[in-house]
Amino acid sequence: MEPLFDTATYIGSVYPNETVIPWTVLIAVYPYITGLVAGAFTVSSMYHVFGMERFKPVAQFALLTALCFMLFVPMPLLLHLGHPERALNAVLTPHWTSAMAAFGYFAGFYLILLILEIWFVFRPYFVRQAQQKTGLVGALCRVLSLGSYDLSDKAMRYDHKWLFALAVTGIPGAHGLHGYVGFIFGSLKSREWWSSDLMPVVFLFSAVISGVALLIVLYVLSCRLRRVAVDLACLKGLAYVLWGFMMFTLVLEGLEFSNIVYKGREGIEMIMQYVTGPLVVPFFIVQLGIGAVTPIVVVSYMIWRGTTGKALIAGITVSAALVLMSVMMMRWNVVIGGQEISKTGQGLLSYHMLIFHREGFLVAAALVAAPLALLAVLVRLLPPWSDNAMPSSHAAVP
Amino acid sequence: MKDTKASFAARRKFLSKLGAAAACTGAVVGAGTLGAVQNVVAKSEPGAGGSSFPTADYDWTKHRWGFGVDATKCIGCLRCVEACKRENNVPGDAHHFRTWVERYVYLEGEDKPRIDSHHDPVNIEASGSEREYRFANRYKGAKVEKAFFVPKLCNHCTHPACVQVCPTGATYRTKDGVVLIDHKYCIGCQYCVQACPYGARFFNYEKQVSDKCTWCYHRITKGLQPACVEVCPVGARVFGDLEDKQSPISLFIRNNRVRVLKPETGNAPNVYYVGLDKDVI
Repeated sequence: MEPLFDTATYIGSVYPNETVIPWTVLIAVYPYITGLVAGAFTVSSMYHVFGMERFKPVAQFALLTALCFMLFVPMPLLLHLGHPERALNAVLTPHWTSAMAAFGYFAGFYLILLILEIWFVFRPYFVRQAQQKTGLVGALCRVLSLGSYDLSDKAMRYDHKWLFALAVTGIPGAHGLHGYVGFIFGSLKSREWWSSDLMPVVFLFSAVISGVALLIVLYVLSCRLRRVAVDLACLKGLAYVLWGFMMFTLVLEGLEFSNIVYKGREGIEMIMQYVTGPLVVPFFIVQLGIGAVTPIVVVSYMIWRGTTGKALIAGITVSAALVLMSVMMMRWNVVIGGQEISKTGQGLLSYHMLIFHREGFLVAAALVAAPLALLAVLVRLLPPWSDNAMPSSHAAVP
Repeated sequence: MKDTKASFAARRKFLSKLGAAAACTGAVVGAGTLGAVQNVVAKSEPGAGGSSFPTADYDWTKHRWGFGVDATKCIGCLRCVEACKRENNVPGDAHHFRTWVERYVYLEGEDKPRIDSHHDPVNIEASGSEREYRFANRYKGAKVEKAFFVPKLCNHCTHPACVQVCPTGATYRTKDGVVLIDHKYCIGCQYCVQACPYGARFFNYEKQVSDKCTWCYHRITKGLQPACVEVCPVGARVFGDLEDKQSPISLFIRNNRVRVLKPETGNAPNVYYVGLDKDVI
């Protein structure tokens, strides 16, 4: 039987109510998923808005990836709520002083925008399918084409205007959504570990690197599965983006940490005890060493040596996988870490992740895997690849 | 070209229909939202027509409640904790409290106090059950230089961070200065639990909502004292109306040099303490 509540062990002195950790692994997974959305969308915008041709092979795939993860963004929150059936209260009667109140609107707005953008991108595909296919697929595409089969130049130019506008709006949309998640933590003055002006920016940059890393891994994987060659220019471009944003992220995280240590406010002794104790493995070794420094060294080396071919693909993919792990650890170290340092500044708690529980490990893992499963289905319905027989459905930005 | 025109016309027609449908949906949702907003407003605003609120014989605009704690008087008997748990149906375990008592002990040769509370496993073991409340006599052989107890509870802040962060408005500050939670409206996100710097809030797993001290609002609005104040055998807890200059709390604040906990948070707490040491957190 699952326990009614889980208690944390502690050292030093903590407030009695703190021994039940409020936010569990699901709340660490939540910013991870929104971050992947923001990151994937960024790559798609590099092509759709800024016309960076080298990202064309993944531009449409990035949009589908963003959608699949976006659909699962509310899930960890709903599973966490004591009364998920009342979740809409926050939307119907938003309490505007709350950093959480606008979440429903932000997320809803962005989801609609994403669906619209995907619709415009795939409209030519729907039209062709509607005209060529019979049966269920044909019927579905006839519905999705919304009755307009016009693929003339004029109509495409009109579509393109919409697409551009949506992609431009989506940039502040996606980044706003994720920066906002960072603000939920950064604006809380009750916890020294969270209370930082840099928190939203750190969240945002780490989101971008996680999304780019995810696209690298999924793109290489998809090329293997489809038995097509990896577009090296695209992959290298993604690696450059990853490298650049990682530098920013590391600098920001370093600044944030230095600020806490240098300011040395009340409770710093406990924070230092935490940092040099329970945090050594999850932060210094896993998140920073294995997850951040290693990929930076590997990617830098390959750029310097001009590595190409299979070695480049393997190196970048492994680095990207490490970055994905690192960003998950960053979410964990922020969300769980913040709660392991007592509000008394005199004690440390330790969160025990349950396995079989509504808010346990299995559910969290399923929530990260589910969007990938959905994506595997979606790419069959809406082929996003420009490198196969299907002609590109979208004229590049002039 | 003709086809294109026709298609554009069809699309325009479709879009205008879509627009009309959206407008209708919007109107319905809008009306619904307005209704819901009014419901919530009703929770924090006195009803129209000048009748007293929230009940017929209690007007919350006429009072401003305050709480005092004289830590020099507390003997750590924990009757307050027991009374609170019974009065308010607080879960009976050692992890959920609306009020609790901390013990600070300075041993000879140590420059930091040892702080424990009745949720400490050693104290639970001493009492034999986490439903029994008492402090273990763990410093029997030690040389104690200084020791005292500090009762803690919700500070019912003037600028409560918990109310600020609540996404639905389920928690709110009443006109008479008490921070309450609408258990029928709370979604159980626990953002308020995170925001409270005092650890005064907890998640009530029985009701699946946030929970905390209400200063026994159901009692004080009937002219009674909060349960913890009522049972305190030494008068360490003081409660009253700040509007009444002769009330126990007004006299307590006037006759003592009081302070509040963590004033730097800007929450402006309304529990006033006497006899705190620098190490009290």
